[in-house]
Amino acid sequence: MDTIIKAIVFLPLIGFLIAGLFGSSIGAKASEYVTSGLMIIAAALSWYVFFDVAMGHQEMIKVSVLRWIQSGTFDVEWAFRVDTLTSVMFVVVNTVSTLVHVYSIGYMHHDPHRPRFFAYLSLFTFAMLMLITSDNLVQMFFGWEGVGLASYLLIGFWYKKPSANAAAMKAFIVNRVGDFGFALGIFLVFVLFGSVNLETIFAAAKTYLPAEGAAAGEAVVTLFGMHLDKADAITAASLLLFMGAMGKSAQFLLHTWLPDAMEGPTPVSALIHAATMVTAGVFLVARMSPVFELSPDALTVVTIIGAITAFFAATVGLVQNDIKRVIAYSTCSQLGYMFVALGVGAYGAAIFHLFTHAFFKALLFLGAGSVIHAVDGEQDMRYMGGLRKHIPVTYWMMFIGTIALTGVGIPGTIIGTAGFFSKDAIIESAYAAHSSVSGFAYALLVVAALFTSFYSWRLTFMTFHGKPRASSDVMHHVHESPQVMLVPLYILGVGALVAGFIFHDYFFGHHYAEFWKGALFTSAENEVLETYHDVPKWVKWSPFCAMALGLFTAWYMYIRRPELPKYLAEQHRGLYQFLLNKWYFDELYDVLFVRSAKWLGTFLWKEGDGRVIDGYGPNGIAARVLNVTDRVVRLQTGYLYHYAFAMLIGIAALVTWMMFRSSF
Amino acid sequence: MTDWPVLSAVTFMPLVGVLLLLLTREDSAYGRRNILNVSLLTTILTFAVSVYIWYQFDSSNPGFQMIEKHEWLGTGISYHLGIDGISMLFVVLSAFLMPFCVLASWLSIEKRLKAYMIAFLVLETFMIGVFVSLDIVLFYVFFEAGLIPMFLIIGVWGGKDRVYASYKFFLYTLLGSVLMLLAIMAMYWQAGTTDITQLLAYNFPRQMQTWLWLAFFASFAVKMPMWPVHTWLPDAHVQAPTAGSVILAGVLLKLGGYGFLRFSLPMFPLASDYFAPFVFTLSVVAIIYTSLVALMQTDIKKLIAYSSVAHMGYVTMGIFAANVQGVQGAIFQMLSHGIVSGALFLCVGVVYDRLHTREIAAYGGLVNNMPKYAVAFMVFTMANVGLPGTSSFVGEVLTLVGAFRANTWVALFATSGVILSAAYALWLYRRVVFGALEKESLKTLLDLSPREKAILYPLVILTIFFGVYPAPIFDATAASVDLLVNNYSAALQAAQNVALSVQ
Repeated sequence: MDTIIKAIVFLPLIGFLIAGLFGSSIGAKASEYVTSGLMIIAAALSWYVFFDVAMGHQEMIKVSVLRWIQSGTFDVEWAFRVDTLTSVMFVVVNTVSTLVHVYSIGYMHHDPHRPRFFAYLSLFTFAMLMLITSDNLVQMFFGWEGVGLASYLLIGFWYKKPSANAAAMKAFIVNRVGDFGFALGIFLVFVLFGSVNLETIFAAAKTYLPAEGAAAGEAVVTLFGMHLDKADAITAASLLLFMGAMGKSAQFLLHTWLPDAMEGPTPVSALIHAATMVTAGVFLVARMSPVFELSPDALTVVTIIGAITAFFAATVGLVQNDIKRVIAYSTCSQLGYMFVALGVGAYGAAIFHLFTHAFFKALLFLGAGSVIHAVDGEQDMRYMGGLRKHIPVTYWMMFIGTIALTGVGIPGTIIGTAGFFSKDAIIESAYAAHSSVSGFAYALLVVAALFTSFYSWRLTFMTFHGKPRASSDVMHHVHESPQVMLVPLYILGVGALVAGFIFHDYFFGHHYAEFWKGALFTSAENEVLETYHDVPKWVKWSPFCAMALGLFTAWYMYIRRPELPKYLAEQHRGLYQFLLNKWYFDELYDVLFVRSAKWLGTFLWKEGDGRVIDGYGPNGIAARVLNVTDRVVRLQTGYLYHYAFAMLIGIAALVTWMMFRSSF
Repeated sequence: MTDWPVLSAVTFMPLVGVLLLLLTREDSAYGRRNILNVSLLTTILTFAVSVYIWYQFDSSNPGFQMIEKHEWLGTGISYHLGIDGISMLFVVLSAFLMPFCVLASWLSIEKRLKAYMIAFLVLETFMIGVFVSLDIVLFYVFFEAGLIPMFLIIGVWGGKDRVYASYKFFLYTLLGSVLMLLAIMAMYWQAGTTDITQLLAYNFPRQMQTWLWLAFFASFAVKMPMWPVHTWLPDAHVQAPTAGSVILAGVLLKLGGYGFLRFSLPMFPLASDYFAPFVFTLSVVAIIYTSLVALMQTDIKKLIAYSSVAHMGYVTMGIFAANVQGVQGAIFQMLSHGIVSGALFLCVGVVYDRLHTREIAAYGGLVNNMPKYAVAFMVFTMANVGLPGTSSFVGEVLTLVGAFRANTWVALFATSGVILSAAYALWLYRRVVFGALEKESLKTLLDLSPREKAILYPLVILTIFFGVYPAPIFDATAASVDLLVNNYSAALQAAQNVALSVQ
């Protein structure tokens, strides 16, 4: 088993090294086949591990690889920790990554830099696997920043485009803001628990349980001037770690990088910015559930941020015209759902949604890629329309993705798509939870579900239905994608349809305990798993109604009366612009952070270094001691030697003095 | 253990090369090649000896080893050499960087090559001498003498404002040197010895510690350099030839940090503790302030120089956190920065040799015709950013952990450096390497030559190797750092007990 786990993690690394170092000598074809082939092996092994660990009775596995940082009590090694949570992530990451590798063989067919592209994809997969297998927070941080690097490289893959370069930088820097919190969280955890290894943290966290907190109220740590007792310290650590999660998972306030990240090639968007990397934040909170679960306050914050993100991103998604940006905002919104689930203690539901979302969102992105491929690189839906007849397979795959995302299914039965099971479970958990903000979260999530349905069907209708709006030249060349791109769509399509039906009992149902085997921690008071079944009928039906209403509105506005959207936009100009411009976050941040940092940099440089330090320091002294301009020539010839000479005299004097002194 | 004076050998071996160089003639292509070959061979052999020292080093011994001691002039000053876990790796680092300097100067130095190489070899002797000295006067001689060749390198082979740059360096250094000299005299007066091993065991009175600490601080802070006495560094870097920048950033900046570890912390623990908040403040200001300034630079070398100041901020912060993580992180950060910043300056040198400008605006789109260069530069840029998996991360995270244990505010502000470093480093990379290749002057540039590959690739490998497997460095430093930190806390504890018993 140890070898299998090592193989899963290191095969993508080997692929990266082969394609990266020897890509130009072995050629593009070989690079593609080598990286994809290795990924197929890794994916197959991942499913094996999944059935062995999650579905079987295998205990948690730990594999040590190499020493890393050892300094005093700060002791970190490279090691893998595989439990049910990791094995679920194994399946998600490696399956989607493999399909994206294969799909890219077709999609990137004309690109001159294919070896580099496949090397980056494999590098990303490796970093992601390091993240999910980590047995300590520092290795997780390695994977965390590693996926950030891969994301940076892939967003900026077409380095000649200034917009791509800008988006890549933005993604990296905004993520770093989150990592700033993550890093501080790691330090605080180290100070609190004396270790950054998960086993130790989880064991020590138990002693922080409020019930046993005899010493509660006593300050255990001083953080930023605050004296925190055990409960507050846990809250602080959780919130700092959550800040990292917010950055990586593009949550409200740190979301601005994700839509811009769509500058990268579409397979990248599917893999990194939909299915895997952006869910790392969800994974982090679930992984750290033994810590988060002890802090109701931190969980409340998680719920609020998640609910706001779900709502906010959905509103922006309503009016976007770029096909990829709509799906990007949808991703952002769905991540919000996952955080609400985490926040109300329904960790299983969060990971379940992560799992199903990976299938249908990757399907939607790869489908969008197939559309873009067909219409010659066009991404603006206003120049699409009527593509259903031309690319029917893509249409039906996108259709499956849409019904999975919007959660089509019949409440009360087990007939439904993947999203139906996972999203409804979250909405019902939000209603049933004992959280003080559960009502707020529930309301926002249902509204977001309505919007989700609307923008998803809007996308479908604008792209595939109605009359073609592309130029006849483009329409003439519209073609279905090759099989190498369609087969991954079929596989994801099957997943999007049946993953919910098959797995819902395991992730968040009757088999919860034997499936997770304690990988997700829930405290004794946490009864969401039991109570979410018993919510009132109208709560169970609410997401369905929202979905139906969204579908109907989209149909009415884009099929029945296609002139209506334009009319509405003009009627509510302010609101429309507000949404179209993404609530003006980019503009706000530009003024608040980018421009002010640049201004401050210039100010400190010219005024601080130039005028004050140099002015009163060396230059000022120079002006007094001698007239520099007059004497530059003389200085040039002599002063170095003067200095050397002065120093030698100094040493000579010292030695002389000591000789005399010792002779006395 | 060895029975031959291996530390003297590594220190003075470069001078043998100097002797050989004095015998060569410079006036022909043949002579030029001789000079280069002799220099390269000398530096490589010196490095080989330093590796041998590492191999022979007993990492379980926290004290000094490979000791050589000879009385000198009957003054009480002795020729006393020895290394411990703190100094040993700096010897290796100094010797390691020298061959790269020779290679980097292979074509770019056109005038007075012989004198240039002599200056570098003499400089190497002085640098290694600083780290192996166990007598404070010897230390002072090496410490100050090292500046002379550096002055010459900047002043003779530098850019067009070299005079202003060296003059600034001179002014800053002068004050520090004088104060340190006075402090050394005072210490001798008080303790009656100049032997570092004995001074380490000596307890200076609290009042005196304060003054001595300040005097040493004046000298080390300039070398480090710490804010606000850092403004000589950007000018010196900009004017220095590539190899000069490499040594300046790679080794000379570490003299300050080494000084803090060898003198300030162990000899003046009470003062160090007293002044720690002051150092923290300066470190944090350095990290944020110089990162912001780096953001707005238009000159590549200046940008990297400012980023060096920011990185040295982590070092001073870690040292004065005075716990195992902080000190070990600081040492690691210094070694790692020696490799990474040296490599970054070498990267600048590669394009400077082709285009003879350091203006960022003159570049753009280099990835199109220099992909290998782009990869190497990317690795070092990411190391500059402190990406996990590169050696910088290990040092940075440990200094931050150390600082967090000492004072969470310091860690909070210092950690914001991770955001700013990403901003300036990636922005630089984007402007120089990414984008379309539009400027006419850039279109004919060739990718790395075999010589340049030989310079950059080993550094790429080391940067990643020590990021993934830093254990060799921790193994070598652990025992000495533990001893240092334990002695430090014991001294503080003792002082506290005395204070309590007086009450």
